[in-house]
Amino acid sequence: MPADRALLEIDRTDEAVVLRAGGSWRIASAVDLDARLRKLDVGSARDVTIDLSGIEAMDTAGAWLVVRTKRALVAQGHEVRLVELPPAFEPLLAQVDSDALDGKPIRHPHSRFHGFAAFLNVIGLEFVKALARGRDLVGFMGLVSVVGLRTLRSPRRLRLPALISQMERTGVTALPIVGLLSFLIGIVFAYQGADQLRRFGAEIYTVNLLGIGVLRELGVLMTAIIVAGRSGSAFTAEIGAMKVNEEVDAMRTLGLDPIEVLVLPRLLALTLMLPLLVFFANFMGLLGGALMSWGALGIPIPAFLRQLQSALFGWTFWLGVMKAPFFAVIIALTGCYEGLRVSRSAESVGRLTTTAVVESLFLVILVDACFSLLFAALHI
Amino acid sequence: MLRIRNLKTRLGTKTLHRNLDLDIMPGEIVGVVGGSGTGKSVLLRTVVGLYEPLRGKIEVFGQDLSELDAEARRKVEARWGVLFQDGALFSSLTVAQNIEVPLRETMALPPRLMDEIAAVKIAMVGLPADAAVKFPSELSGGMRKRAGLARALALDPPLLFLDEPTAGLDPIAAAAFDTLILDLRKSLGLTVFLVTHDLDTLRTICDRIAVLIDKRLRIGTMTELMDDPHPWIQSYFHGPRGRAALEKDHG
Repeated sequence: MPADRALLEIDRTDEAVVLRAGGSWRIASAVDLDARLRKLDVGSARDVTIDLSGIEAMDTAGAWLVVRTKRALVAQGHEVRLVELPPAFEPLLAQVDSDALDGKPIRHPHSRFHGFAAFLNVIGLEFVKALARGRDLVGFMGLVSVVGLRTLRSPRRLRLPALISQMERTGVTALPIVGLLSFLIGIVFAYQGADQLRRFGAEIYTVNLLGIGVLRELGVLMTAIIVAGRSGSAFTAEIGAMKVNEEVDAMRTLGLDPIEVLVLPRLLALTLMLPLLVFFANFMGLLGGALMSWGALGIPIPAFLRQLQSALFGWTFWLGVMKAPFFAVIIALTGCYEGLRVSRSAESVGRLTTTAVVESLFLVILVDACFSLLFAALHI
Repeated sequence: MLRIRNLKTRLGTKTLHRNLDLDIMPGEIVGVVGGSGTGKSVLLRTVVGLYEPLRGKIEVFGQDLSELDAEARRKVEARWGVLFQDGALFSSLTVAQNIEVPLRETMALPPRLMDEIAAVKIAMVGLPADAAVKFPSELSGGMRKRAGLARALALDPPLLFLDEPTAGLDPIAAAAFDTLILDLRKSLGLTVFLVTHDLDTLRTICDRIAVLIDKRLRIGTMTELMDDPHPWIQSYFHGPRGRAALEKDHG
């Protein structure tokens, strides 16, 4: 690009002012011109002539500066004439000097609040949003229940292939990661427990700690957290991508109910698979604990099993597993709900996937706490 | 301005172009047409460096793109504007901020002037002034396309690549678009490489037309191509739509 300079000279007489523009009026020289033209003062002269004969090159930025100056002077009550514009730049100037351009400054979106008020504003907004989302989620649960009951009455409407494939994706393929993590948690838990209990010479009670801890809380909670991160996010992303692609709308126009086609198979699949996953996680957790007890505490496996048997009563296993279907419903519903909230922009898929995972984890742990309170009240 | 020699590209296992040549002179507007899936958009994307050609040479502004280092490449990229099919606006930015991205990247302008230039571009492409603060997701497809054009024009680049610029626009907006391109060429000496299906655009603004057939380009003015015996070209220009677009010339 030639680095030729932009020229701007001002000739003043009592009656008239002539602005002589020349050289290259391009964006590269716009900063300088912009500053000079903003400070321009033509005084009380009535006639202002803008002489453009010297212009050699001009782009839209340069054309805008001419148009802006002209408009500003006209607004101040001057009589402005543009003369000697080289014909090549006429169409450009005409394009820029359109009525659609009102010259009002762009108001970039920003908050009306600043500092601490902005902070409070955000908290308030988020709180109200969270409440609204909770209400909508309950509404969505109702909607899914109605559709679910309807499907129950005519089970042929249930999409078996979709259900099976979802069961595979949410359940079977989750086995390795759920198993491995539970195994490791069992090891860690046994080690930490043994370390503390050894001070009282009560190492053997590590088995009790492990049994109760894994079966009642850790197994189910770990599994729910892994599944929420794995499958809950996948639900949102899958359904969200379909929303962006207008597939969900296409479904509606074809007489298919997205709840029935998309949500029910996922909900049902997860509700069936999560308890099974929890069973597997419990097993792996106890296995890890047993190996650790054997290696670090010298408790042989048969002794471990005997101690475990005495520590547990018939209910212990079920108290953990019975929470799984509740967690499954929470994860599936939030995942699908956030997926259906996706708008037509791809960006919202990512945002709502994050939201879905955070929401389902929060709700899972909240419900788990409620179960603990309930069991405490029932003395079990 | 743009010189393609012996270009060969492949997408997956399908060879899209073989021994393809194209020259575009400064100030020329060349439209590429061709059936669906013949690789028109791929050609455009290859020229701007998004796809690596299998073989061949692409020169833009007399420089071979594959031989440039990163710094020189950035300089070339600042001198062309690209409009993608759906606008390809950054979804986390408003329209005005989108237009300001290339301005911000290449030069330090005061924010007020930058806003004004953004407003000028928005008016030029025929968007209402209040579109400036909207996010891409709040715009219709046609408006997104115009906002994309405004961003491509932000630096008044001497070379413009347009992928189906008028598809999805209503006829009035499409005609206004044609006028805009012609006006800009007159004042800025714009060179345009465009992919289109729009016969009106081809007739109104294109100096030459390149038809993508059998993995190569057949280039000529509209009148020349109309006499080409190739069946696809014949049915393209002499089909009912081609005829209608041409009759406007005489009527």
